[in-house]
Amino acid sequence: MSEETPAPSDLVEETVVVHGTSTEPRWKKLPLVWQLRRSVGLQRGMLVAGLVLCVLFLLLAVFAPLITPYSYNELSGPDGNFPRQAPPSAEHIWGTTVGGYDVFSRVIWGARTALLVVVVAIVASLFLGVLLGLVSGYLGGWLDRVLVTIADAIYAFPSLLLAIVLSIMISGGQSSFLGGILAAGLSITVVFVPQYFRVVRAETVRLKAEPFVESARVIGTSTPRILGRHVLRNATRSLPLILTLNASEAILTLAGLGFLGFGINPTAAAEWGYDLNRAIADVASGIWWTGVFPGAAIVLLVMGVTLVGESLNDLSDPRLRIRRRARTAPPPTPAEPVAEGAPR
Amino acid sequence: MTIVDDRTVGTTAAVRSKGSGLGGYLLTRFLLIIPTVFILVTLVFFLMRVVGDPITASVGDRLSADQLAERLAEAGYDRPLLVQYVEYLGQIFSGDFGRTITDNRLISEILITYGTATLELAIYALIVALAVGIPFGMIAARLRDRWPDAVLRVTAILFYATPVFFAGLLLKLVFSVWLGWFPLSGRATSDTQLTLSAISGSSGINMLDALRTGRPDLIGDVAIHAVLPALTLGLLTAGVFLRLVRTNLIGTLGRDYVDAARSRGVSESRLVRKHAYRPALIPIITVMGMQIALLLGGAILTETTFEWRGLGFQLAQYLGARDFVAVQGIVAMLAVIVAVTNFIVDVAAALIDPRVRY
Repeated sequence: MSEETPAPSDLVEETVVVHGTSTEPRWKKLPLVWQLRRSVGLQRGMLVAGLVLCVLFLLLAVFAPLITPYSYNELSGPDGNFPRQAPPSAEHIWGTTVGGYDVFSRVIWGARTALLVVVVAIVASLFLGVLLGLVSGYLGGWLDRVLVTIADAIYAFPSLLLAIVLSIMISGGQSSFLGGILAAGLSITVVFVPQYFRVVRAETVRLKAEPFVESARVIGTSTPRILGRHVLRNATRSLPLILTLNASEAILTLAGLGFLGFGINPTAAAEWGYDLNRAIADVASGIWWTGVFPGAAIVLLVMGVTLVGESLNDLSDPRLRIRRRARTAPPPTPAEPVAEGAPR
Repeated sequence: MTIVDDRTVGTTAAVRSKGSGLGGYLLTRFLLIIPTVFILVTLVFFLMRVVGDPITASVGDRLSADQLAERLAEAGYDRPLLVQYVEYLGQIFSGDFGRTITDNRLISEILITYGTATLELAIYALIVALAVGIPFGMIAARLRDRWPDAVLRVTAILFYATPVFFAGLLLKLVFSVWLGWFPLSGRATSDTQLTLSAISGSSGINMLDALRTGRPDLIGDVAIHAVLPALTLGLLTAGVFLRLVRTNLIGTLGRDYVDAARSRGVSESRLVRKHAYRPALIPIITVMGMQIALLLGGAILTETTFEWRGLGFQLAQYLGARDFVAVQGIVAMLAVIVAVTNFIVDVAAALIDPRVRY
């Protein structure tokens, strides 16, 4: 069964196999590199802008302790307690919050929290969603029907509500750093599993009828092996796309949970949604720095991820892709990658 | 959220094989509401109850062990979970969603009192979303890959990327605090609200009541309070509509009959308006129904931001008070609303586009 667990590195491999053409060197066929090379004009601009934003936040998350003057939960410096709601100054370049935290430090540290939650959410939902989708699509029968109905029901439901219910269940609503990350991540997981499930199931149902699956069955290959080697390898091509879309939804859901007071305790981690919740009251008295900076961080990160996702989507959809002019790209078999890369 | 395009496939595909003709389709589609609601209610019940009972969660730390046990026995929380579940299903079936713990109100009463406010907000938001999303989506499709398209698409992503509560915060900051054009929060000033609630047969939808009184000061007051919340929630959805209209319109613009019309010399703008527009709108109606989920989620956050006393605001209050019976009840009720709305939307789509029925 271990073959079925889709570690992220496996997925990278998948995409290489699906998209690459045999004449190109291997590094040029890596997912993002490949798309970057094929894109032109506006689509390339969007892809590059998105990638730059993503990398920027990744760096901020990794180097948060080096960049920030204070820790996310520091309330006092060498000269005593931080002032509350102090406007931006030399000591606190983005001011301080109503609780006396340094806004700049919390915004930068928040990137770390957001990215951790995204990783937890995506790894968990990818694992569950792909597994269920494969099994359900391949085996069919009543199990398939039940799972599809459940997935449809969950799918139609407001994801934030579901995440709230989940976070109540997992953490009782308030939590430590790790507990909070896991609670937020897993709450989001439940919302995403149906999406991966659907896509993988649909692909599996299609692939089940392919001759290569049938011949594998004829020579007596075991079901787990067929699923792992023959179906999974071919069913994952549209996953990178949902992945980016889900990453942005995960960030928004985390912020929504935090905003409603179901995120992570401010002493345990910096979380943008929580900070925005506290900032709503500040606005009435014209205090803008407590809300604008964490909010802008959310917007930029989500935009970055969404831009990447949108460009990938456009590039994989022949109706939407801008094509190179003939002189710049003489592809040996022009129709082949188009037909292959289109998710339907 | 290009994923949106695929959303419709699942629900309709499940129905497609069974239904024959409109009547059959409507019946199967209607019966599909039952498992949907059942699954969601079951899911919510077990998720919320797996960790413990709601009384301990909300008032457990204020009571002694004896008092707590007494309260638990009184409410029936000391019985096996399955027994409680069956009983709960029975209650839901008869329309009883229970009572809140903190202020002992009927959940169904909360729906009637606050649901109208949420409905009002949702309608405003939908108007904003359609008024912004459809025309700009058409422009983006028509001027595809030129600079207006680029600007519009990035704007749409920006709308989507901005959490509603941050958009609300920014709008409040700029238009209420700095410019002073609109009020900071609430649905109306307290005087107006009192007058409106006092009229006989008050619908709870402020604008409707204000229009019935015919007093311009009341209408103005209600309208001015609605502007920022409606924009906040509407722009979120507008981004989704814009992208959807653009993608669909580009799809239909590539069809043969559009090419044929173009070859007859029909002007490009007429092509968009008359030929490609209508077929592109059909999927949008279905997706609009799916947006009810997004809209409801957004409404919770928007209402909290603007202290708009609707269902979402109330839900957030109960969440804060750790009243999980209220939360469970409201969530279960929303599940029913979502399922019924999706049914209505599917019916509308079937009436408009006969292809859906098969």
